[in-house]
Amino acid sequence: MGIEVVVEGLTKSFGKQNIWQDVTLTLPAGEVSVMLGPSGTGKTVFLKSLVGLLKPEHGRVLINGVDMVNSPERDIYETRKLFGLMFQDGALFGSMSLFDNIAFPLREHTRRKESEIRRTVMERIEIVGLLGSEGKLPGEISGGMRKRAGLARALVLDPQIILCDEPDSGLDPVRTAYLSQLLIDLNAQIDATMLIVTHNLDIAATVPDNMGMLFRRELVTFGPREVLLTSEEPVVAQFLGGRREGPIGMSEEKDAATLAAEAASAGDRPDAPRVIVPQLQPSPGLPPRQAVARRRERVLSLLGTLPPAARTAIRDTYAKDAAAPTLTVPRAGSGS
Amino acid sequence: MITGALRQTGRLFALAAEVTRAIFRRPFQFREFVEQFWFIASVTILPAALVSIPFGAVIALQVGSLTQQLGAQSFTGGASVLAVIQQASPLIVALLIAGAGGSAICADLGSRKIREELDAMEVMGVSPVQRLVVPRVLATMSVAVLLNGMVSVVGTLGGYFFNIILQGGTPGAYLSSFSALAQLPDLYISELKALIFGFIAGIVAAYRGLNPRGGPKGVGDAVNQSVVITFMLLFFVNMVMTGLYLQIVPPKGG
Repeated sequence: MGIEVVVEGLTKSFGKQNIWQDVTLTLPAGEVSVMLGPSGTGKTVFLKSLVGLLKPEHGRVLINGVDMVNSPERDIYETRKLFGLMFQDGALFGSMSLFDNIAFPLREHTRRKESEIRRTVMERIEIVGLLGSEGKLPGEISGGMRKRAGLARALVLDPQIILCDEPDSGLDPVRTAYLSQLLIDLNAQIDATMLIVTHNLDIAATVPDNMGMLFRRELVTFGPREVLLTSEEPVVAQFLGGRREGPIGMSEEKDAATLAAEAASAGDRPDAPRVIVPQLQPSPGLPPRQAVARRRERVLSLLGTLPPAARTAIRDTYAKDAAAPTLTVPRAGSGS
Repeated sequence: MITGALRQTGRLFALAAEVTRAIFRRPFQFREFVEQFWFIASVTILPAALVSIPFGAVIALQVGSLTQQLGAQSFTGGASVLAVIQQASPLIVALLIAGAGGSAICADLGSRKIREELDAMEVMGVSPVQRLVVPRVLATMSVAVLLNGMVSVVGTLGGYFFNIILQGGTPGAYLSSFSALAQLPDLYISELKALIFGFIAGIVAAYRGLNPRGGPKGVGDAVNQSVVITFMLLFFVNMVMTGLYLQIVPPKGG
């Protein structure tokens, strides 16, 4: 089972520029969470802070009792072995073939025999659909393949916590859909805690159990997906609607005058009512996600503290689930 | 401005301390060390040999001409050999290691840094300092020591050749003045200098490579700076070490 990640009052600045402040959230063990946010709001910085690559000035990131911000380097290195991080463009070692790249963590951290390493690596290569390319160098394959190879490398040590930095960027919609399915299937198989940082609305709508959004140097919300998906917060509504009208501007944020002018001319394109798309289910043949039952319990106990719209949405979701307990519709040519 | 310079210096020393500690930490990256050793040796051996012949010759000619004017021609051998072994050889070695090996190390680490390879390595729980920097620094140090031996021999032979053939010196006087003035500590200090210069070249190259500013242009600047910084440090450290040596070790001729 995955490990809970507790973030408390995290604040990060580069020089005088504050990136975000006082971010507090908990990634529940084994569940899939998504962090949304317009470009340039420090989503990647947040991911890197979780693994201790960047050191925020204030706050803590607790994993198994180790604070990834202030603990001694030695503890941080030990704890990092629990992580799999998929970088934005793969961050593969340019001088090694895909096979050697994916085998790297195994060769560094385990004393396994070469034949065992080969078996594990080929398994992961097959999961991400790169069979046949294992001998190629990262420079010789497409961006999407590099991403998938990066994911395979992140998975090879059976991590308890998987972090994905924009898994969709540079991928076409079909590949993105496959990748979403792959992430859910992975969660069903290894029950790892996952955090996906993205601005892709399809992933945001179908993959996560929990969602959060970073904007204007702070965490707007974080909680069960229904909370964000039903939120009336202008930023969230604008982002999920993909509209120009709202507080998010081309350069980070808009000033009051522009906003007022927009409000005056509002209504030329009414909001389509947002519907909550059902969450993706693991492909047929895989075990059910253990996180689902845990989440249900957790969310239902939280219910009283959530806004009314979210409450109704959650009740609706679970009512539907109860009516059709096995929602797994057989999918033609299922993903992965 | 001043605090900025001090901060850089401090971080350079911190890296040096970290590397020194990591040298003794297991597992040792033997394969990476051999590869780097071979690479640095292969780019420095030939230039070092080619530079040391004329360098030895120039020193021999200059010293020979001076001693001739002073009427101490019989001491040419000892003087020029000491100059070659103690000063010229470690410096030639260090300049070549910094220029050929250090710049390659800096560019390699810098481009890995901006491609996030080093971050990826850290996330996988592998320390780039131990995995990449330690083998490189050890390689620059050991190549420097071995190369220093070669440059000393080639430089001395070059000096001997030019003194005997061109300046009409006598082989016997050359060799006897050599054994009258030179002693073993001269060789020790030469090798010690080479070892320390190799360490400095490796650390500075690694430091600049691990901290490039901005994209590919930053890596280019970092390479440039690493060579310049190494050169400045080398000459300063050389001055200090020479001063200390002359104070501590009594001269043989005296």
